[in-house]
Amino acid sequence: MTKTRKKWIFFLGLAVVVALLPLVVKGGYYLLVLNIIAINGLVVLGLNLLIGFAGQISLGHAAFFGMGAYFSAIFTAMYNTPPWATLLVVMVFTALVAFLLGIPTLRLEGHYLVMATLGFNIILYILMVQMEYWTGGPSGFAGIPPLHLGSFPLQGDIHYYWLLWSILLAVFFLSLNLVDSRVGRALRAIHENELVANALGVNTELYKVIIFAISAAYASLAGSLYAHYLSFISPKTFDIFYSIEIVTMVVVGGIGNLWGGLLGAAVLTALPEVLHAMRDYALLLYGVILMGVLVFFPEGLLPGLVKLWSEWRAKKALVSE
Amino acid sequence: MIWSQLPQFFVSGLTSGSIYALIALGFGIIHNATGIVNFAQGEFVMLGAMTMISLTQVVGLPLLVAFPLAVLAVMAVGWLMEIGPIRRARSNNILILVMITVGASITMRETAMHIWGKTPRTLPPFSGEEPLVLGNAAILPQTLWILGITLLVVILLGFFFNRTMVGKAMRAVAENRRGAALIGIGVYRMTLLSFVLSGGIGAVAGIIVTPITTMSYSAGVMLALKGFAAAILGGYGSMKGAVLGGLLLGAMESFGAGFVSSAYKDAFAFLILLLVLFIRPAGLFGKEEIKRV
Amino acid sequence: MEMKTNGTLLQLQEVNKQFDGLLAIADVSLHLASGEIVSLIGPNGAGKTTILNLISGVYPPTSGEILLYGESISGLKPYQIAKKRVARTFQSVQIFQDMTVMENVLLGLHHRLQSGFVKGMVHLPAERKEEKRATGQALETLEQLGIGHLAYRKADSISLKEQRCLEIARSIVSSPCLLLLDEPAAGLNIRETEEMAEIIQRLRQQGLSILLVEHDMNLVMSIAHRVIVLHHGLKIAEGSPEEIQRNPEVIKAYLGGTLSA
Repeated sequence: MTKTRKKWIFFLGLAVVVALLPLVVKGGYYLLVLNIIAINGLVVLGLNLLIGFAGQISLGHAAFFGMGAYFSAIFTAMYNTPPWATLLVVMVFTALVAFLLGIPTLRLEGHYLVMATLGFNIILYILMVQMEYWTGGPSGFAGIPPLHLGSFPLQGDIHYYWLLWSILLAVFFLSLNLVDSRVGRALRAIHENELVANALGVNTELYKVIIFAISAAYASLAGSLYAHYLSFISPKTFDIFYSIEIVTMVVVGGIGNLWGGLLGAAVLTALPEVLHAMRDYALLLYGVILMGVLVFFPEGLLPGLVKLWSEWRAKKALVSE
Repeated sequence: MIWSQLPQFFVSGLTSGSIYALIALGFGIIHNATGIVNFAQGEFVMLGAMTMISLTQVVGLPLLVAFPLAVLAVMAVGWLMEIGPIRRARSNNILILVMITVGASITMRETAMHIWGKTPRTLPPFSGEEPLVLGNAAILPQTLWILGITLLVVILLGFFFNRTMVGKAMRAVAENRRGAALIGIGVYRMTLLSFVLSGGIGAVAGIIVTPITTMSYSAGVMLALKGFAAAILGGYGSMKGAVLGGLLLGAMESFGAGFVSSAYKDAFAFLILLLVLFIRPAGLFGKEEIKRV
Repeated sequence: MEMKTNGTLLQLQEVNKQFDGLLAIADVSLHLASGEIVSLIGPNGAGKTTILNLISGVYPPTSGEILLYGESISGLKPYQIAKKRVARTFQSVQIFQDMTVMENVLLGLHHRLQSGFVKGMVHLPAERKEEKRATGQALETLEQLGIGHLAYRKADSISLKEQRCLEIARSIVSSPCLLLLDEPAAGLNIRETEEMAEIIQRLRQQGLSILLVEHDMNLVMSIAHRVIVLHHGLKIAEGSPEEIQRNPEVIKAYLGGTLSA
């Protein structure tokens, strides 16, 4: 039971940090980075549920992210539909698409979901580029209306900071609950030994498809928020590189560790910004750092650091004795 | 009429299909030895072409000398990748190793950008540019080179895996890693060999395709995707499947571009691929894995 | 012809199983009455585990029928058969190493609990109450098997004997109608095997029906009501433990098996 209490203390701590951060962080640029971290964090959270708890990899989450963004943009800007309702409908629709994509591919072990999601991502990207009437083509879609809370319009980075981080914290809260519930237990069991989980009465195929659909819904939510926040989207954001980036954030942060995933999202979103000073060498360094982290902290950055910390403490305790 | 162009579509499908087949073979070799999907496979292709361009155009070596040297250079890159990050990784979790190849792919791509710049480059054809006209199809000499060299690589690989001791050992590792280790096959050496071999095959693909297209530092990504798709289409890990999957993907793409729209060429290829996956998920020539306790 | 009594729980009718053309199970028929302990014995490779896998739905039979309470279950998926309250253990212990002992047992209750994705996310009082009740039930079962004190240890940190007990706890926590035990004494020493026999005896006293695959003859002879002998996928003998011990065919199969092994 202490484990549960510890978890909520950490969660409260995170909420306090989120609440206090705007006092320290000033300036639109830093807030922008923080907001993008929250958006990436949402996608990573969903993908971590899929990779870490169902043992399945998707290389097409950029497509679900893009579905959220483009559908929200098209409906709210071209047909004046209410943004929040649109966001919810699009989320459900995206989850449904993922569900249908998952049914045939998640039945089997191996690379099938990877390929199906990858193919889906490429197809969607091409549609975003080619269907100019709807999407604005390669030059992008501008003029997406902002979100309102009641009659209060959300404008500027700080408003969206509060919105995005509140939503991220709420979804994080729900996900932490899920992982510790009956369903979460079953998902972890699937990850460890699918056949035994099945023999214990877990409908493993259905569970995998549902968690895939949920993770797609998270990505869609993030996409809709992204579109309303920046009011401009273009296909470039939703190519397979973003999908790979998101998987990387999960792996670097720690597979199956929701906290680690957030750290992964934060570090790998901020890293290119930090490396920006290196100009042309930024991506090269990104690649080298990525390899380094994976080679030396294969269990993920957060679990790796926690291990180092406890080893250091044990050593110190030994010396002082 | 579009029907009269059918032979032309067929030829161009066969040409790009050969390249996809070679890349799919590269994926298959590493996968069979290690279980890893090597995301840097496309970078092997790009590096082969770029090295060849430098060796012929900057150093001024003749084609026949530069070709093997460029292949050897990329084999060395494969060797470095295996003895470096892959072997040093403190984990045998396949997903981690796969993501390490993603890191390697970014690193290679960006290094290439600094060496060769961002502008696409090309190579002159191996022999002449005068197309052979056969009925309704015009065939470039380079196309014949591509088909011939691909066929040669496939035959050599077949000989290697079926006739030589080392090749048989690699197949044994693919079949049963622990069993192979128990009868004294050096599994690590086979892993190393698979990276070197894949590097070489990738380089060959890059060198022979560049004269009919162009090559830039980032071109490896799309090539790798197509090769991966071809491998899945044929049945991941199956050598025969890789070759046939590659040719089939090339044909689908070429006919799709001709009959539907070239803007949707890639979408069309991947859409068919998705359909195949849904109907026969193990690929056309793959075996469905049986789950065991 | 088998007598079809009212108490027949499980019935296999001329079941065949082929793997890649290889006949692993050939025309095996057997039945098990409610409250009965039937033991499957035979040399290595006789097909004992294959029969358990067929009953629990790991793979479907090539031909033949498997009936539970007279109703066909052949071709159902493992989770569907688990829901019909057929539980099993595995020859090589299959517990979830990354979880606690408690979580392992709770997984055994999975199909008896209700909370789904939404309830799990929102964590409402109803869901908490259900979890609490399940935890109590799991703890009771663990204590019954003498490992209650290990409930919150990680499952990979306990001994093999304790892991086998955990596996049994996980399979009986949902009070199944049929329990399939696959070599529960494998890898245990003499004293631990005796303890395991006692545990199975107690399950028998609770009226549980058990199909037991076991190598340890002393264990089999001391607790089984009936013994079925398999050899190369064929049923070669069936009878009370005493009858089986005197059966010349069985003796030959075992000696032959040992010599060629």
